[in-house]
Amino acid sequence: MVSRRQTQVIGLVMSIIVLVLLIWLPHHNGSTNTLRWAQVLYIGVAAMGLNLLTGYNGQVSIGHGAFFGVGAYTSALLMHNHGWSFLPTLLVAAPLCFLVGVLVGFPALRVKGLYLALVTLGLAVLFPDLTKKYVHATGGTNLVSLNRGELSPPAWVPTSVSAIGRDDQWAYYVCLGAAVVLVIAALLIVRSRFGRALIAVRDHESAAASVGINAARVKVMAFALSALYAGIAGSCSVLVTHLANAEKVQTFQLSIEFLVALVIGGTATVVGPLLGAWLVVTLQHWISDTLPQHVGSLGPLKRVLGDPAASPALFGIMLILFVFVLPDGVVGGFRRAWARFVRNRNQTPHHAPAPLAT
Amino acid sequence: MSLFLTQLMNGIGNGAVYASLALALVLIFRTTGILNFAQGEMALYSTYLFWYFTDRGLPVVVAILAAMALSFIGGALVERVVIRPVEHSSPLVLVIVTIGLFLALNSIVQVQFGSDIKTNLPRAYPKHTWRPGNVQISADTLVLVGMLAVVCVLLYLLFQRTKIGLAMRAVASSSESARLSGVPVGQMLMFGWGLAAALGALAGVLVIPQIGLQASSMQSILVFSFAAAALGGFDSPVGAVVGGLIVGVAEALTTQYVHALNGIVLIVPFGLILGVLMVRPQGLFGRRTVERV
Amino acid sequence: MSVLLEVSELRASYGAVRVLHGLDFVVNEGEAVVILGANGAGKTTTLRALSGMVETSGHVHFDGHSIVGSRSEQISRIGIAHVPQGRGTIVDLTVAENLRIGAYRRRDREVAADIERWYDVFPKLEARADQQAGNLSGGEQQMLAIARALMSRPKLVLLDEPSLGLAPIVTQELFRTLGELNHTEGLSMLIVEQNANLALGIGSRGYVLETGSIVVSGTTDELAGDDGVRRAYLGV
Repeated sequence: MVSRRQTQVIGLVMSIIVLVLLIWLPHHNGSTNTLRWAQVLYIGVAAMGLNLLTGYNGQVSIGHGAFFGVGAYTSALLMHNHGWSFLPTLLVAAPLCFLVGVLVGFPALRVKGLYLALVTLGLAVLFPDLTKKYVHATGGTNLVSLNRGELSPPAWVPTSVSAIGRDDQWAYYVCLGAAVVLVIAALLIVRSRFGRALIAVRDHESAAASVGINAARVKVMAFALSALYAGIAGSCSVLVTHLANAEKVQTFQLSIEFLVALVIGGTATVVGPLLGAWLVVTLQHWISDTLPQHVGSLGPLKRVLGDPAASPALFGIMLILFVFVLPDGVVGGFRRAWARFVRNRNQTPHHAPAPLAT
Repeated sequence: MSLFLTQLMNGIGNGAVYASLALALVLIFRTTGILNFAQGEMALYSTYLFWYFTDRGLPVVVAILAAMALSFIGGALVERVVIRPVEHSSPLVLVIVTIGLFLALNSIVQVQFGSDIKTNLPRAYPKHTWRPGNVQISADTLVLVGMLAVVCVLLYLLFQRTKIGLAMRAVASSSESARLSGVPVGQMLMFGWGLAAALGALAGVLVIPQIGLQASSMQSILVFSFAAAALGGFDSPVGAVVGGLIVGVAEALTTQYVHALNGIVLIVPFGLILGVLMVRPQGLFGRRTVERV
Repeated sequence: MSVLLEVSELRASYGAVRVLHGLDFVVNEGEAVVILGANGAGKTTTLRALSGMVETSGHVHFDGHSIVGSRSEQISRIGIAHVPQGRGTIVDLTVAENLRIGAYRRRDREVAADIERWYDVFPKLEARADQQAGNLSGGEQQMLAIARALMSRPKLVLLDEPSLGLAPIVTQELFRTLGELNHTEGLSMLIVEQNANLALGIGSRGYVLETGSIVVSGTTDELAGDDGVRRAYLGV
């Protein structure tokens, strides 16, 4: 028999194993790999935030790259122009993104579904223009690039315990810390009264209103929280990439990456977005770094697959194939398989797969 | 005053392009209920085909027709191969699939045709500017507006006067009832996507020679076209045309007169969308609010 | 009388849920056959299975064709017209356009004449020929749905709860018309109906469906005389 409790225990044990592995990771990996994992973590954080909005509350946004950018610029500018160290900048960036989220969330109340996706697309497209107009950094452009001194960790951080530099190690552990705190926060949010309200509003707004849920407040709050997650992710990204920048393509692509991580990981699941972020980052690096080294024997295909411009094509095609095979994401597919396994073990078909978000 | 009229004409010319692409978006939305984020990139691919044909020495008009015909086939195939397997999936999956298509097409053109900007696109008509009074009217504007008018008339005739048009409207309204009446729904959906792709191709080959052909050529045009479709209502072809013209004119006048918005003119389409949606969520001419996605 | 539709071992399911558990029934040429049953008995699913709209297994022979596994539009083409439950009209098209869609598969030159003919049968439709179907009353929409189905010149019409949501007087008029079509034109029908009184009135034979299986069958007179049927479906 596999009981619900056992399932929970298995989940907890696996989380601890994964966490220990992640803490140990920089000792095993070089700088490049460690920073790649840091990237997985911050994209995962942004995708988790988007999940609160899209997965649990049913509002689709394709503009969260903008909130990510607000976080990144806030931290980068405070560090670059005002000499702040990283951690205090979070105390400004997080509330600021929350506030911007509230501001965007209010008009979003009147705009539903498809139109909301469009309006949020506006965020992604406008944000780079806004930074170009109002941020004048390196050579008058909107690129804020940070030097070693500005990025160095505070004095209390011990010297590097692993093979990689103290800066990179610091960047990684900051991302890991943010991810752990925000995963726990997401778990608490999802299981709280507010979490149930999110789902109730998603599934049936008028019915939710009839049992006393203030649907408008819930939706604005969902927007603000997801913006906060994306903003913190953006702040963390500065430590990894050493810059804040907003190009049109890049901001749009980031917004899409969050959504993709969410969908291929599994909407309305807490770990799904993190898994999805890992898949997205790994897949992209595999396509752009690993694959070209192995196509030498493919003859005419070499020219096509070896071309760096081809990686988005492969990414796009894989994305489409992925949702053909696992439309409810990795976690959804795993849940179905697990439910089947549990059912077979118990010989009683009462564990229906958990309902998945639309 | 003449400056104002000149800008107005420019706006109308651009608006005609937005309107054409918005019509393609509406066509696909009405038949399959999908917001096609790849519409602009499909038109981009078509324009590269056009460039390829003319580069090989085909006459301009033949190249346009060939690009449109191939785009029609390509659009129909996209519906059958990429969209059909997920047509009943969650809206999020549909967004992901069309975005996957966007990324794929955008990079395929670079691999296939090179990522350099193509400046040697032949024009289908001579460059000319008329100056009645002090108002400047370019041949571009006239051609684009004329193209839009012809497209509108042809679409009207197709949908109101032909059997296949009637069947497409039936599928858009209720695919189940249409199917029960013996209408081959799948073929109609392919036809709709093909038509939209051909329409996008026409808009692309006419506008891109003015701005230069590269991988990012269609992206801001697509954004303005989305604004046009949302403004007019996603289920309304008339709305798409009116919305396109409004967005084009608003863009031109803002660029000219509102210096505070220099560099952030994209605020205009999104401001318009947001403003209209606050008052009338289904758009100016739409009847249904869009609940999908 | 020759057999027009012969169904044996018909099973149908929605995903993992099986709804029909092996039905056997026939419709002869010129017959009006009724299927009675409570909500959820599988009546609508039976018709949807015949039209290829749900996952189906078993044997269905219609007019020399085996149709299990065929697509809806192919089944429509060989002469089965289906009037779905609840206003199967295409609401954005006008009344006249709905009728023309009904004749989508026809290549002959008598479509216009047929439209006139159904206008004669349903005069209310002619008065509203250029109005959008969505603006019609419930009864008019039901008439339009039936007329559209008949425009394909079917050999068999499947009618799913034609009385649903209509006022009693409208329903009676509709069933009178259906009865006439059956008697005078020899149009074969398979009618699913909750209103057993009405259905037994125009049918010649019937089947009673319970949770996906046929439990009673016979002529309509026999069914009307059956105690179980009377208690369950006729309210006496």
